[in-house]
Amino acid sequence: MSTVETVTNEPSLEPQATEVMTYREALRLALREELQRDEHVFIMGEEVGVFEGAYKVTAGLMAEFGAERVRDTPISEEGFVGAGVGAAMLGERPVVEIMTINFLLVAMDQVVNHAAKIGAMFGGQVRCPLVIRTPNGAGNQLTAQHSQSFEGWFASTPGLKVVAPATPADAKGLLKSAIRDEDPVLVVENLAIYKERGEVPLDPEFLTPIGLANVARRGSDITLVAHSYATVRALHVAERLARDHGVDAEVVDLRSLRPLDVDTVAESVAKTSRAVCIEEGWPSYGVTAELAARIQKACFDYLDAPVERVGMAEVPLPYAKQLELAAMPGEDRIEAAVLATLGLRA
Amino acid sequence: MEISKQTLSRLYEQMLLIRSFETASEREYKAALIGGYCHLSSGQEAATVGSTYALEADDRLITGYRCHGFALARGVPPEAVMAELFGRAGGCAHGRGGSMHLLDVGRGYFGGWGIVAGQLPIATGLALALVRQQRRQCVLCELGDGAVNMGAWHESLNLASVWQLPVVFLVMNNEYGMGTSVERASAVTDLHQRAAAYGMRSERIDGNDLPAVIEATSDLTAAARDDRTPSVLELVTYRFRGHSVADPGLSYRTTEEIAEHAKHDPLQRVRATLVAAGVSEDELNALAAEAEQRVLAAVEWARADAAPEVSELAKGMYAPGSAAQFAGMLAGAPFGERELVFAGGLGQ
Ligand SMILES: Cc1ncc(C[n+]2csc(CCOP(=O)(O)OP(=O)(O)O)c2C)c(N)n1
Ligand SMILES: [Mg+2]
Repeated sequence: MSTVETVTNEPSLEPQATEVMTYREALRLALREELQRDEHVFIMGEEVGVFEGAYKVTAGLMAEFGAERVRDTPISEEGFVGAGVGAAMLGERPVVEIMTINFLLVAMDQVVNHAAKIGAMFGGQVRCPLVIRTPNGAGNQLTAQHSQSFEGWFASTPGLKVVAPATPADAKGLLKSAIRDEDPVLVVENLAIYKERGEVPLDPEFLTPIGLANVARRGSDITLVAHSYATVRALHVAERLARDHGVDAEVVDLRSLRPLDVDTVAESVAKTSRAVCIEEGWPSYGVTAELAARIQKACFDYLDAPVERVGMAEVPLPYAKQLELAAMPGEDRIEAAVLATLGLRA
Repeated sequence: MEISKQTLSRLYEQMLLIRSFETASEREYKAALIGGYCHLSSGQEAATVGSTYALEADDRLITGYRCHGFALARGVPPEAVMAELFGRAGGCAHGRGGSMHLLDVGRGYFGGWGIVAGQLPIATGLALALVRQQRRQCVLCELGDGAVNMGAWHESLNLASVWQLPVVFLVMNNEYGMGTSVERASAVTDLHQRAAAYGMRSERIDGNDLPAVIEATSDLTAAARDDRTPSVLELVTYRFRGHSVADPGLSYRTTEEIAEHAKHDPLQRVRATLVAAGVSEDELNALAAEAEQRVLAAVEWARADAAPEVSELAKGMYAPGSAAQFAGMLAGAPFGERELVFAGGLGQ
């Protein structure tokens, strides 16, 4: 298995062929390549076939691979996630789409109590190479039951792997790695990120390794740590900080939440001495809580300010636009947190 | 079932109101005054109005997210519903719920819910409370044809039956759950038959036949109130529009199919009945114009209503007694640690 890392910004000796595409198209490319590569790979989920996906990630795949391999399901998340677990135990490579992460809660038991337990509970005799892909996120006034980001819950579960790509290239590379992985992997996508564009390697063997963070922007004054769409926001904020405040921020894109690449984060914070951790979910007991704990342990002697966190206001998301905006970890709030952590004021 | 001309005329007005309301919702959504998801019920008016009419004032109603019609049929003022869709403070959920989460506790409407089948276990609980409180009332629980494939459906039916709870599960079979037809989703397409597995009474009727809907719902709600007999009522109907305003609704069904259903428009059916009963076309046209005016007034009211205060972001999240404990967790002061450190005078 060849792995091509997307870790560095350094040009490789042989420039790989790339194409600019959306995050959504990159996911679709990964699915198509893996469906072609391995006949055990199949997709199932609500509206993935005839309807071509609620968010059109699987568009065209049923026409290309047939209804057997791109399988529409009834609205029965617990049932078909569990069916994915069982199929994976017999060597299939199911890629289950959950329309949004909100609906994964009704299948939580199959994920946390079943899929995650198989390796350890049976002494390593059975594996569960299941992939679940699903978008999280808020911002479209979808209200309390449809605007959530639960990846932290899953990332706190031993036995699962959780990845959350922020770029089209990593969307392709991490989804492919997830499909080839021997363990259950949750691939967290994001509603707002589907339309983001970027260069994507066309090599069908291009993989982003699970468990490796990426320094998405080099900087020296402060470290912003994020994943998924929060990384996109962090990169925007970093540009604003450079332009408006002469602040040179480094952005670490986690890419994987479990396993978590603490080394890359710690290396950055040791250099900058300041960290702001950003997530789209609720921060209490969340991804940024984990990061703050890890950073203070790894970088205690280097820190010049308390580790700051920015996340969703701790309310079920309200419908009204102004309320939703006020609750979200938007760029203004991130910028304010960075300036405060630097002892500057906006 | 004999329904008086006056009653039929009143219900026809409600159906017109719902149709106009949905048309206006689609228009305002496309004008970006309504956001989020917006699921219209055009085509389902007879099923909505007829079933709700069978409820008594103190019965309880709970629905899924396709709920504009149910709220209006239950008597929620169109201003309060439209203001909710506009995200205004005067909306029936104070601008917090939007299109999917309408409610009116005073009218016994315990909410539109967005997770498919999530409202079913809650409906059994409402019914359980009615039993514990020895009230002669019942619960009407709306769900879609797609919801019957969730585990919550099976668990709720069994609970309702084994505990003899006064609840009627109203399956709005509009032939599709998003782009998936009932045939592709359900092994048994006569969905009501599943009630047999729980020894539960059930019926399947033409949901576009207003008198038939009223008769069936009246029978079953009476049985729920009087004998604590739970039941399933499947109303076969059709949604004219896409799953939501964002879905044109054409990729999984043909225009011929939609046109065929449009010929059996429940509004036209009631209108024909009224004409046959001697109501003049002029009178009926006047009713339609009135409904449209009523909705336009609601849109204007919603437009003028105030937005919720951002300072009240967390309004209602916890009961008043404990809200203060969470004040430091809101946007801008996500955790309150900084404030704590300074307020505590560390090193100061
Ligand atoms: C548990 C869950 N899974 C998926 C969804 C996404 N979803 C929303 S509505 C819907 C279709 C439901 O169809 P049906 O029950 O027939 O109701 P209708 O929309 O026709 O009124 C789906 C799949 C959801 N809200 N909840
Ligand atoms: Mg339906």
